[in-house]
Amino acid sequence: MSDKIPVTVLTGYLGAGKTTLLNRILSEPHGKKYAVIVNEFGEIGIDNDLVVSADEEIFEMNNGCLCCTVRGDLVRIVRGLMRRRGKFDGIIVETTGLADPAPVAQTFFVDEDVGKAAKLDAVVTVADAKWLRDRLKDAPEAKNQIAFADVVLINKADLVGKDELLDVEAHVRAINPYAKLHRTERCAVPLDAVLGRNAFDLDRILDIEPAFLETDDEHDHHHGHDHGHEGHDHEGHDHHHHHDDHGHEHGHGGLKHFHDEHIQSFGIDTERPLNPDTFFPWIQKLVAEEGPKILRCKGILSFRDDPDRFVFQGVHMILDGDHQRPWQDDETRRSRLVFIGRDLPEAAIRAGFEACIA
Amino acid sequence: MSETGTATIPSLTDRIVPVAVGGTPVAAGFLAAKGAGETAAFVLGEDAIVLAAEDGTTRRVAAHEGGILDVAFAEGRLVTGGDDGRVVATDPDGTATEIAADPKRRWIDRVAVARDGTVAWAAGKQVFATAAKGEPKTLDLPSSAGGLAFLPKGLRLAVAHYNGVSLWFPNAQAKPDVLEWKGSHIGVTVSPDGRFVVSTMQEPALHGWRLADGKHMRMQGYAVKVRAMSWTADGRGLATSGADTLVVWPFATKDGPMGQQPRLLAPSDSLVVAVACHPREAVAAVGWENGMVLLVRLDDGAEILAKPPGGGAVSALAWNAAGSRLAFGTEEGDAGLVAL
Repeated sequence: MSDKIPVTVLTGYLGAGKTTLLNRILSEPHGKKYAVIVNEFGEIGIDNDLVVSADEEIFEMNNGCLCCTVRGDLVRIVRGLMRRRGKFDGIIVETTGLADPAPVAQTFFVDEDVGKAAKLDAVVTVADAKWLRDRLKDAPEAKNQIAFADVVLINKADLVGKDELLDVEAHVRAINPYAKLHRTERCAVPLDAVLGRNAFDLDRILDIEPAFLETDDEHDHHHGHDHGHEGHDHEGHDHHHHHDDHGHEHGHGGLKHFHDEHIQSFGIDTERPLNPDTFFPWIQKLVAEEGPKILRCKGILSFRDDPDRFVFQGVHMILDGDHQRPWQDDETRRSRLVFIGRDLPEAAIRAGFEACIA
Repeated sequence: MSETGTATIPSLTDRIVPVAVGGTPVAAGFLAAKGAGETAAFVLGEDAIVLAAEDGTTRRVAAHEGGILDVAFAEGRLVTGGDDGRVVATDPDGTATEIAADPKRRWIDRVAVARDGTVAWAAGKQVFATAAKGEPKTLDLPSSAGGLAFLPKGLRLAVAHYNGVSLWFPNAQAKPDVLEWKGSHIGVTVSPDGRFVVSTMQEPALHGWRLADGKHMRMQGYAVKVRAMSWTADGRGLATSGADTLVVWPFATKDGPMGQQPRLLAPSDSLVVAVACHPREAVAAVGWENGMVLLVRLDDGAEILAKPPGGGAVSALAWNAAGSRLAFGTEEGDAGLVAL
């Protein structure tokens, strides 16, 4: 595992500041070398030895699964870069503002050559504090980029007021409560916040789930209608759920809390050990049937009679998992899963998981 | 064959002449100069080509500044494409000649050489072929070229890409014929008699077309992507990597492998990653992921050990024209010559 080259994927809608972040990463005195894969529309003037321009090519796999797409250009380029293994410490992939992060992430799981040589370290999404909320309404790509993120930079934070910033963050959290948020000006962020995250080690899930997500019956529950267009998500034209046509806003001790109408997330956890003989068939069946709805899933699992932590992650129908390390003596053996997706059948997933407890 | 089997089969390992290549060889071959004997060439993943004499002494030729992405051997020289955007031909005496440089310094992903010396290369979604006079000919593709192979007769190039293979006459104005098959085609080979085109795919499968009528052949059952394809000496079989045995598809009849099973030889607990058929005999050199090289007789599956396991996966494997010497290399930089 450890000799695999870490890959950081930078996403973000047009103009949010991806190139600014990229140049910042490259110019900091970190003593590391990065191979940079930029998109063909990217700005020129990236000061780095190893810059490759990628022309997004989305390839469907021939296994009859529409969501199993990979980025053919990345397969080709990562394979080529491996000829120079040892000349760089990591790979940074800058995607176009309109790119769907799923094929990018899936490339690192589906392609055997890429998967052998490289591992996805984190998806870092740069969001424009001023315009993100508008983009979430009119650009499905922007929503996907937030949903896929392990780290979100709320950039240009200096251009909006404090309340507005809180509101932007609440919108991000509504889609993806598990990402690490940073407020930035001109993408100024400590590099260890975006690089070497090992986001897929998943420990973060345990660390940072925001408090306001936890079940709390004392919520001041009111359905805010102050964002009248909130509900007109152009991806879904489902007007049967009148309630859901508006963003729900709850007061949580000063924090705003929105629900996105179509992208939700939830976590499941238990301290009771799981039965691997029921868990694996269940999760495989789940992603096979509901994969198109599942944008990301991740988990740390404790199996009965297994001294090791098992970690897994998935994108749509693709799952990737492995034994990570032994559980420590002073560590609670706790299984934890999170799902981020579109119209997820949460109750069925929870019930299915319950049945896997040994 | 079992793990312990290597000890009991005949061995040529005492005939290995090690070659210190100082890098990871990604391809090997032999260059013959008229009247000057034969030189083994090990192409490294980066920067250089190492020419090796029969006794293992080496000379390093700086061919590229950066990664070497593809290699083609033909007619006494070798042609490489690099991530420095250059196409370079190297002669047996160590002379490296630049054939082309991409004006935008795009990666040269693929190269191929025709019998008449025409060189073709691919950079992204464009394919080029040298012309007798003037600028190279250009073919624009809807997607990146996954593989290039010249047909044996006439100057015609098979280009693998997304959703099929295009057959292009560089010297003609006509649009290329397209052999369609859904999916990403990442390599291509043409049978020595020119009757069949076979591509290797992003999925662990091959796809073939009979050129006469475009009839499809699906060749599946592999464990991993097929990286190595080599036609047998008589041209009647295609030996391939990608499984825990050597997989040889029959192309002897007019229908090729349609409705037929491949021959599975030399089963092992490692994966076949490199294949080079002997140029004259019904024998294939087979390289494994564990670093082992076996010579496998195609008639009866008899095995001879040419290199024991170790040194990482076999990354380069080639016969000389006479079939009297074999060059091998591994990912960790082991390289050598075996005289038969």
